[in-house]
Amino acid sequence: MITLTHFLVVSACIFCIGLYAVLAKRNAIMILVGIELMINAAILNFVAFGKYDKENYGGQIFALFAIVLAAAAVAVGLAIILNVYRHYKTINPEKIHELKD
Amino acid sequence: MTIEEIVFYAFALLAVTASFLVVNLRNTARALFLFFVVLFAMAGLYLFALADFVAITQILVYVGGVLILLIFAFMLSNRELLDDLQNTSKRFISLPNWQSALLVTAFLAIMVYVFHSWGKHLPHWISEAEAKGTVILPTDNTVETLGFKFMTQYILPFEVISIFLMMTLIGAAHLSRKEDNT
Repeated sequence: MITLTHFLVVSACIFCIGLYAVLAKRNAIMILVGIELMINAAILNFVAFGKYDKENYGGQIFALFAIVLAAAAVAVGLAIILNVYRHYKTINPEKIHELKD
Repeated sequence: MTIEEIVFYAFALLAVTASFLVVNLRNTARALFLFFVVLFAMAGLYLFALADFVAITQILVYVGGVLILLIFAFMLSNRELLDDLQNTSKRFISLPNWQSALLVTAFLAIMVYVFHSWGKHLPHWISEAEAKGTVILPTDNTVETLGFKFMTQYILPFEVISIFLMMTLIGAAHLSRKEDNT
């Protein structure tokens, strides 16, 4: 029998790996991948808890909304990364430290 | 150990090792292609929580959309963009490797400890749902129910998110266009 704790521990592992990518990577695309991993861990939690909500199906419906929001976030994020690359000729977040032209 | 548990542990192990490799590989192209494996394994895990429609959507949207977009962005960028510099820095958002590894391990330890102590006494609404039998069963037709819910109870968030998605896609197309011909 697979209990709720199994899902929670797996999603905690995935979330922490995503957090590591966000903290340690020097490449904006890999940081975006780390954010996607964290969103996936959150969706796994939604779905695991949603199993106990048959009246509203809240978990599964919110998981679907979260998937759509993540897709939108990636589209806009990649457009911004391409623009930043065109402007600064790098996507290393450390080297991008001024907002003016 | 039942066959269900074996398959669950296989998917969980696949997801965790593949995402670990995604983060640790120096080669960004390989990391992105390994991200496929992570997404498929996560879709398999959703199936174990009886969310088959969410699993299919995960494969359609993430593997078909998001990952293709990431690979396109990767292909459009040149070599210089891809080198993963690993020098030390003082800024918070890009800590050195060992510091972020320490932070992440501590966070993981706290979360796993909390989940283990929490799993012994579940929240009230979960035990109530188990007692009343309002738990999603493997025999339920979740896709049909989700369709009804989207068109009745959740119609407003559904419409709002479709407008939002259209706005962000138009915005992304506008942002990534060449600036010269305006």
